[in-house]
Amino acid sequence: MLLAAGTAGAQVSADRMAVLEKAATDNATAIAKAQSAGDNAWMLTSAALVLLMSGPGLALFYGGLVRKKNVLGTMMQTFAMMAVITVLWAVCGYSLAFGHGTAFLGGFEHLFLRGVGLDPNPAYAATIPAQTFMVYQLMFAIITPALITGAFAERMKFSAMLVFLLLWAIVIYSPMAHMVWGVGGFLNLNGAAGGGLGGRFPCLDFAGGTVVHVTSGVSALVTAIYLGKRLGYPQKAMPPHSVVLSFVGACLLWFGWFGFNAGSALGASGLATSAFVATQFGAAAGVIGWCAAEWLRSGKPSALGGISGAVAGLVAITPAAGFVSPMSALWIGLIAGVFCFWMVVLVKNRFGYDDALDAFGVHGSGGTLGAILTGIFATSKVNAVFGEGKAVGFLEGNHRQILNQFAGVLLAWAISAVGTLIILFVVDKLIGLRLNEADEREGLDVSQHGEEGYDWESH
Amino acid sequence: MQKIEAIIQPSKLDAVKEALVEAGVSGITIFEARGHGRQKGHTEFYRGREYAVDLLPKVKLELVVSDEMKDKAVEAIINAARTGRIGDGKIFVSSIDEAIRIRNDERGEIAL
Repeated sequence: MLLAAGTAGAQVSADRMAVLEKAATDNATAIAKAQSAGDNAWMLTSAALVLLMSGPGLALFYGGLVRKKNVLGTMMQTFAMMAVITVLWAVCGYSLAFGHGTAFLGGFEHLFLRGVGLDPNPAYAATIPAQTFMVYQLMFAIITPALITGAFAERMKFSAMLVFLLLWAIVIYSPMAHMVWGVGGFLNLNGAAGGGLGGRFPCLDFAGGTVVHVTSGVSALVTAIYLGKRLGYPQKAMPPHSVVLSFVGACLLWFGWFGFNAGSALGASGLATSAFVATQFGAAAGVIGWCAAEWLRSGKPSALGGISGAVAGLVAITPAAGFVSPMSALWIGLIAGVFCFWMVVLVKNRFGYDDALDAFGVHGSGGTLGAILTGIFATSKVNAVFGEGKAVGFLEGNHRQILNQFAGVLLAWAISAVGTLIILFVVDKLIGLRLNEADEREGLDVSQHGEEGYDWESH
Repeated sequence: MQKIEAIIQPSKLDAVKEALVEAGVSGITIFEARGHGRQKGHTEFYRGREYAVDLLPKVKLELVVSDEMKDKAVEAIINAARTGRIGDGKIFVSSIDEAIRIRNDERGEIAL
């Protein structure tokens, strides 16, 4: 009797265990689903926000800065990237950036988006569909070459621009994105897992200070120099035709930048909040830095100065957001505002290159500065990327991080400068880069697109 | 008939318009214009680059009045547009041979 009762008791407790275990599993699944839903909602929103930065944000920003006869042509350059880079990304861009490959370039496994489905890719983001990650990254790949258009504004053929920037996306963007963010990338923070040279120089670049802004900015400088100055520059006055358009564009850039930086947390996490806050603080301090410098030097704080300072602050905080505290973000933005003002106003005029809309002055210099400052201000209190309690930035005691940041920046400068020069040379020989003189005088709108931005005769 | 062309500061347009209506002028045409006389322009700064803007925004008025209205109208414009500073503008007066109302083909002063 006793024995039977004991067996029955064991049976009951085993049943209970099974029920409890099942409940625990169900619970875990439900939690994972809820997190995935939240993360995916934020990441899809972020992807849309980053696209908004290109069109209409950057298109308006650049469109307002050029002369009236070039407004549509300038906007079309950015808009064209929204179309052609999207196709390129599906065909090979994504695979070359985020496929498994060497330390310097991705592989071919995702050509034509093979294997990029609705299941998460744990190597990048374990809680969102791989397609969400892919389309989010696409928006970065669109705006990066679009930024370069500011340097060669008002003087490149539309056809040449298409070929140049498509090649640029393959030769420079995808490899840089792979090195910093791809599995086994040379500069990847978590690259050691990839083996080989992966993670040799773990470079802090939260949202693309190096991948996006240094590459586009340096390539912009090379392009401006290769192409030469616009006809009449700098003797002829070429003030922006509508600072109003630029103003609206810059505010949209600021707004979209929350998707750019806070989205780079790849989930709706506390880290996203931290990056969001740093973004706001960096932008605000950038405005103040630029305007203060301008006020002291020229006697007046201008609207164009204010919005340029915002972009400078945003560029510099891009690699740092997600690694730094709000107070550090203020410092980074402030320094960037003053530094980019100095680069645009004094350095450009001293050397005389015609970086028409200051793509290098703001993105190249702001990106380089931001990358270095990230290595200084990054802290494990915000993001313990090297493990719990391990120092991240210079101020925290990880002095070597400055070296890693320099390695990232140097590599980006080198690849961008050399790669861009080669592409420019090839495209120039094949189809010619520059507008002929008559077309340049007539303007991009009529000569390249057969239309005008402002038709005063139309009622 | 006399044509009065006046180039004035844009900020004086409302005052001039009111003064002309008070003086009994029935119609005016205005143009947004740019130009300069002895008043030189000003400088603008875009990203630290200095631009000398020598063509300043102005408003140009055109009105045609009967011979006896001319002095009244000119005086109204002068009184309303004058600040005493350089850049107040100019008035030009010239004779008009004919005026025609398109609607009903009326000719002469009655068409004004």
